Amino acid sequence: MRVELENIHKHYGSVRANDGVDLSVQGGEIHGILGENGAGKSTLMKVLSGYIRKTAGTITVDGRQVEFRSPGKASECGIGMLYQDPLDFLNLSVLDNFMLGQVSGLKNEREYYRRKLLPLSTHFNFNLDPNSPVSRLTIGERQQLEILRLLSIGIKVLILDEPTTGISEIQKQTLFAALKQLAREGKSVLLISHKLEDTQVLCNRVTVLRRGKVTGHMEAPFDTRQLLDQMFDQLPTPPSRLKASPGDTILSMSDVVSTGGRTGLQKCNILVRKGEVVGLAGLEGSGQGVFLRVASGMSRPKSGIVEVDGRSMIGKSHREFKDAGVTFVPTSRLEEGLVPGLDITEHFALNARKTRFFVRWSNALSAAKEKIEMFRISGRPRSPVQSLSGGNQQRLLLSFLPEAPRLLLLENPTRGLDVESAHWVWRHLQTYTARNTSIVFSSAELDEIVMVADRILVFFDGKIVKDVRAEDTDSRELGRAIAGEI
Amino acid sequence: MNEFQVSILFAAVVAGAAPIILATLGETITERAGLINLSLDGSILLSAMAAFVTAYLTHSVAVGFIIGALVGALVAVLVAVFSIYLSQSQVAVGFVLTLMARDLAYFIGNPYSRLQGPQVMPLPIPLLADIPFFGPVFFNHNWPVYLSLVCIGILTWYMYRTPMGLALRAVGEHPKAVFARGMDPKKLQLFYAVCGGLLVGLAGATFSLSTKPGWGRPQGAEGTGWIALALVIFGGWHPVKAAIGAYLFSFLQVMGIYLQGWLPSIPTQVFQVAPFPLMIFTLLLISLAQKEAFLARVEKMPWIRPFIQMLSGTPPSALGKPHEAE
Ligand SMILES: Nc1ncnc2c1ncn2[C@@H]1O[C@H](COP(=O)(O)OP(=O)(O)OP(=O)(O)O)[C@@H](O)[C@H]1O
Ligand SMILES: [Mg+2]
Repeated sequence: MRVELENIHKHYGSVRANDGVDLSVQGGEIHGILGENGAGKSTLMKVLSGYIRKTAGTITVDGRQVEFRSPGKASECGIGMLYQDPLDFLNLSVLDNFMLGQVSGLKNEREYYRRKLLPLSTHFNFNLDPNSPVSRLTIGERQQLEILRLLSIGIKVLILDEPTTGISEIQKQTLFAALKQLAREGKSVLLISHKLEDTQVLCNRVTVLRRGKVTGHMEAPFDTRQLLDQMFDQLPTPPSRLKASPGDTILSMSDVVSTGGRTGLQKCNILVRKGEVVGLAGLEGSGQGVFLRVASGMSRPKSGIVEVDGRSMIGKSHREFKDAGVTFVPTSRLEEGLVPGLDITEHFALNARKTRFFVRWSNALSAAKEKIEMFRISGRPRSPVQSLSGGNQQRLLLSFLPEAPRLLLLENPTRGLDVESAHWVWRHLQTYTARNTSIVFSSAELDEIVMVADRILVFFDGKIVKDVRAEDTDSRELGRAIAGEI
Repeated sequence: MNEFQVSILFAAVVAGAAPIILATLGETITERAGLINLSLDGSILLSAMAAFVTAYLTHSVAVGFIIGALVGALVAVLVAVFSIYLSQSQVAVGFVLTLMARDLAYFIGNPYSRLQGPQVMPLPIPLLADIPFFGPVFFNHNWPVYLSLVCIGILTWYMYRTPMGLALRAVGEHPKAVFARGMDPKKLQLFYAVCGGLLVGLAGATFSLSTKPGWGRPQGAEGTGWIALALVIFGGWHPVKAAIGAYLFSFLQVMGIYLQGWLPSIPTQVFQVAPFPLMIFTLLLISLAQKEAFLARVEKMPWIRPFIQMLSGTPPSALGKPHEAE
């Protein structure tokens, strides 16, 4: 199957998310879509999947011009998409999610679809329990489920929007193997990614977007330097680890046990010192999230002692943690961090330090303008947050950080950011550590952790199985710990 | 109390619960699809009036029921269209419609007040009605009561056993994801608002043609809509649990009548009002059952766990937030 996009435009008011994009994909091809945050990658792919309507341009499938009014129409033509923010049903079971959209009518076809799901799942080495609720799955497993569902409805062109953010290394390998297998079977894959290494090992061709326009097409093997040139105005410079001289203890936990997440947290003992950068490694959902939520007062542990600056925080509210200088930035942007429907200025009004009876709109507006400038968010003070590109939502979240927190708890702070932005964020965060702020962050990228952390904690199954200084270890050793092989 | 009296008591509970169940199931469907139809109290009255008047004029109970159902559906369509297609607040539209529908019902129905009209005939089910105890309790009623019983089963089967029911539950959870799967969330929500409205209309018709036959001001159905709205929450958006709630409420009402006779010294108002605070108390329990701290505390009391589990239920995630195209 051959899909061609010609001169695609998508305008939101005066914003030209896509501004005349051309792209073609053949059967059996894995085609990478690259570009910085806000370049228009997701928009282009959503146009192709029928999720949004284009302003202008033509789409042809096997030489026949098509018009996708809804995702249903696109999937009839064999085009399906895995969205950047997962569009699945957390409260329903794996099997229900798999069936939804494939079945209609009154006949109970559970057993038929159960029998369909299992072999498909083993075919790609996925391991999904049909009866488990999707809320119990990791991001990677939710993706696997979506991919199987799309294949089951007969998708021949599979679009994946940043599938490698937030999944474990093993899941990534499984995913890549599956994608290669699909390509061998003659299907096409369109892959949006920020990671050049991923495109390098997987793609036959790439298209680079910048500010809604195509800035380059390239065949494998790719010249990384040239790709970066096409993606960014200025080349990214990686941050280097700061030599911290850790001071007194800021956070201490002893024998903390907590529920939540998939694994909970078991007997956690840890000290974090002032000015230290601590990276939390481990498979997604191995307890890092629970740890950060307990440390920030978002959830209360079942037992154990949590102290901030020597003061016991047991039974204290999130607000009191905040007042003690603890700041938490969660990973799920639109679920916990931002309020969909409100615009950027309204978010700054919500975050204003002192709650007054009247909102000071002028202050909020100037704060919004200043932060948009400073964090280079591509959006306007009045843009509703859900209209920002994924990476820009992340930047916005970071721009809410207070001036001088004592302890910053960040859950996957650079998830979804392009290389240049990720580096920029770390250089920005390092200005905090210079002021003696401690940072504890989780990340699915081992490289990132090794690059910036002074100390690394590895989580496995709700336990901290390794606690080392960054200079005393390497990726291989950490990788084994992450997999639970100590 | 001997066995005879107990069966009469329960028969009265089952009969009295019929319209409440129909309305509660109707609202359960609507809310499962992500829409709140707050106009329930008004639209029950309006359809009760419409059903009685048309039945009176045509001498046909069947026509009354059909018209009643259609009126309920019509009000639901208004709520749905205003919120889904015109992006108006569901709560505001529903609330205004409650008041309008009620006043309209009293206004149009006024000339027909206190008239002797047709009503649904009893229809004991042969053989089954003769079973001791269960016979009189479940099988010696009229068909709207049987309908209420059958609806509980059908709706449960529909929601949890059929692909269409799966889509119904899905659209209230995440309309965007439903859209991405090639379905039209707006049409689905409109459809289920209509289905829910039909049941609410039937509830109204059941009041004026069976439970409290006739029309007047007050008719006797007043307040039921609000109770039905509360029962949907009580039932955790599950038809069987919602029906249990309806029976509980009906039981409290019937007991009120009995107790009035036994305890004449207590003012009758107490018994009329008592079911309402009792319902609020159960709602409180339900929200407690959602709290982790509370759950942790009762963990040591295993006998309470099944009870808590039965009470817990989470609202459809997208309740009240209609789908907006991007
Ligand atoms: N609904 C919308 N309304 C207004 N502007 C929008 C809307 N959706 C996207 N945009 C704008 O279009 C531009 C492109 O967004 P898009 O989501 O396609 O970027 P992206 O390349 O996927 O970025 P990222 O890597 O951060 O996910 C952004 O500037 C974004 O703010
Ligand atoms: Mg994107």
